[in-house]
Amino acid sequence: MMNILLKGGRVVDPSQNIDEEIDLLIKEGKIAQIGKDIDKNTIADSAPQTLNLEGKIVVPGLIDMHTHLREPGFEYKETIQTGCQAAVAGGFTSIACMPNTNPINDNRSVTELIHRQAKRYNLANVYPIAAISRGSEGITLTEFGDLKDAGAVAFSDDGKPVMNSALMRRALEYAFSLDIPIISHCEDTTLSAGGLMNEGFVSTELGLQGIPNIAEDIMVARDIAIADYTNTPVHIAHVSTAGSVRLIRAAKERGIKVTAETAPHYFSLTDETLNKYDTCAKVYPPLRSADDVTAIKEGLSDGTIDAIASDHAPHSSIEKEVEFEYASSGMIGLETSLSLSLKLVAEGILTLNQLILKMSTNPAGILRIPKGTLKIGSDADITVIDTEREWTVDINTFRSKSKNSPFNGWKLKGMAVLTIMGGEIKYSV
Amino acid sequence: MKLASKDVLGIKELSVDEINLILDTAESFIEVSTREIKKVPTLRGKTLVTLFYEPSTRTRTSFEIAAKRLSADTVSISATTSSVIKGETLIDTARNLEAMNPDIIAIRHSAAGAPHMLSKLIKQSIINAGDGAHEHPTQALLDMMTIKEKKGGIAGLKVAIIGDIAHSRVARSNIYGLTKMGADVTVAGPVTMIPRDIDKMGVTVHYRLEEAIKNADIIMMLRIQLERQGDSIFPSLREYSNYYCLNAQNIKLAKDDVLVMHPGPINRGVEIAPDIADGPYSVILEQVTNGVAVRMALLYLLAGGK
Repeated sequence: MMNILLKGGRVVDPSQNIDEEIDLLIKEGKIAQIGKDIDKNTIADSAPQTLNLEGKIVVPGLIDMHTHLREPGFEYKETIQTGCQAAVAGGFTSIACMPNTNPINDNRSVTELIHRQAKRYNLANVYPIAAISRGSEGITLTEFGDLKDAGAVAFSDDGKPVMNSALMRRALEYAFSLDIPIISHCEDTTLSAGGLMNEGFVSTELGLQGIPNIAEDIMVARDIAIADYTNTPVHIAHVSTAGSVRLIRAAKERGIKVTAETAPHYFSLTDETLNKYDTCAKVYPPLRSADDVTAIKEGLSDGTIDAIASDHAPHSSIEKEVEFEYASSGMIGLETSLSLSLKLVAEGILTLNQLILKMSTNPAGILRIPKGTLKIGSDADITVIDTEREWTVDINTFRSKSKNSPFNGWKLKGMAVLTIMGGEIKYSV
Repeated sequence: MKLASKDVLGIKELSVDEINLILDTAESFIEVSTREIKKVPTLRGKTLVTLFYEPSTRTRTSFEIAAKRLSADTVSISATTSSVIKGETLIDTARNLEAMNPDIIAIRHSAAGAPHMLSKLIKQSIINAGDGAHEHPTQALLDMMTIKEKKGGIAGLKVAIIGDIAHSRVARSNIYGLTKMGADVTVAGPVTMIPRDIDKMGVTVHYRLEEAIKNADIIMMLRIQLERQGDSIFPSLREYSNYYCLNAQNIKLAKDDVLVMHPGPINRGVEIAPDIADGPYSVILEQVTNGVAVRMALLYLLAGGK
């Protein structure tokens, strides 16, 4: 394994409150030294690969805590290999994948398969998230302990909300005893049934059945109430509404153990994006109004929303090149997440430090994984960002097997130019 | 003057000038339908395909008669008798049709936006013959033509549209068209049938029939989709009818020369009392007649006016 000396970059590591131009030495896959003017001739290994990173930002490897890899079962949309290729191209060294595969990741064998495949390709760290309930049917809890032992880092019935409040209570309590997080997809399906997009003026004009904000808000309120009552933590996935942000903010102020994530499309797009029936912009929860986008940005800025996750949801043309009503929901995001999120820094909504907190340090903390830091001795998972580099989104160049991105053609500024996982360069431009 | 687009996807996309052009052209075609030989050679050699994914009698027949009166050939495809039941996607169906080189495809589909998807993919002209709860532009055009014919114009008229606005493509197209042409449009129905933020489309919202039809020049009743009763948007037909059926009593609130319209098919006694549907205010059958002229105009403007 080649040792690497990263010289002259601006190191931003929220876990150690570091934000300065310093050098960083990687030895045998670990962070060995961090400081000013590390001279390669004075260190034990005098011949490391030296990379001059002046003008670049060096951060702990980005973590996407909410992605969909589609393997096993839907390999025509994405595989663990192509998903990891997309991840490292987007600057992610670690990704956590949701259980809605086929079969569903509700038992040890699927969790182990994901680990085995990820290890085989050895591109990014892959952390499986197992289902809360068997078959994600919301009836019986999965074997949390066994799944945790097999390598699951969290539980979620993502895509299928746990409608049964008693089951959600038991899930939170049982997971708490094992110190493993529950990630909740908040949606009251009695309110969202039949809905195709956000309920509002645009859905009225388009004649598409709407999904009201309250479908999300009510479930966020419920989960907060359960977390409060049971004194257990809950993580709210893909927050999309102003109401959710208000509820989470108030809950945090009261000391309830709630964390939350949003995805770049919820602060980059509004439901207006659908006015030409673009199926690539059809997602659950749906793209909301401009007021919701403003609230999401405020929630990110004041710390109400802890993490930014891609909610990378690959679908092939078979699912997307159909009538809007029949199109599957979801958009890919691994390769655009960072650049879209960097816009928040350019707009002054987040500092670079806060952005890295939300894309690396906080996700690691929520998932309780030993990542998201450049502390000496930790795994050398590092992302190098060029905030000045301009590029145009071209879905044809994406590593992901699916191309369902509404951002195709967008001009963006800032991207990952080097991704190092476990001390090895996995991606560079 | 020509239409700006190769397609007619909705009234939203049409300018006032284009609407006037279509209505004026339609007027000039009315006479053809009254001749003994109801045929002119205008579109000889042209082909219209009607691609209907939803059952329809009047719209499809109207398109076919319109095409035949202009000497165009027509081919009709319905989902139940086509490769759709073998699982062919809309895109594949359309590409196959495209390869056979028709001139115009009129599509009716239960999914909103289906005609828009086709228009981006294939070179032929697409006419939206009704897409989900989105638009039904030819219906709105024939409604506007009927109003113009009976009232001499549209601007300044008070139009009330009553019923299930949320699920009505006729309502949306008429709101776009009538407000563009200067009418004062009011919608009414129970809140469960009024979609969110509809006032931003430039209409006044009422929840009682009586308030909406007061001093109206035009009352457009919409068909209640009986299958929606299970969705709890109204408790029972009896209750709906008690509050929202246009009858001999409440119609007195409207102007003396009010026109009663309905896109059909009618649920007699539910949204409209039989004596009103067949009575002196009703122009329901004139609407159907004008439907042929409007569709002739569109076919001519898209395929023949070059």
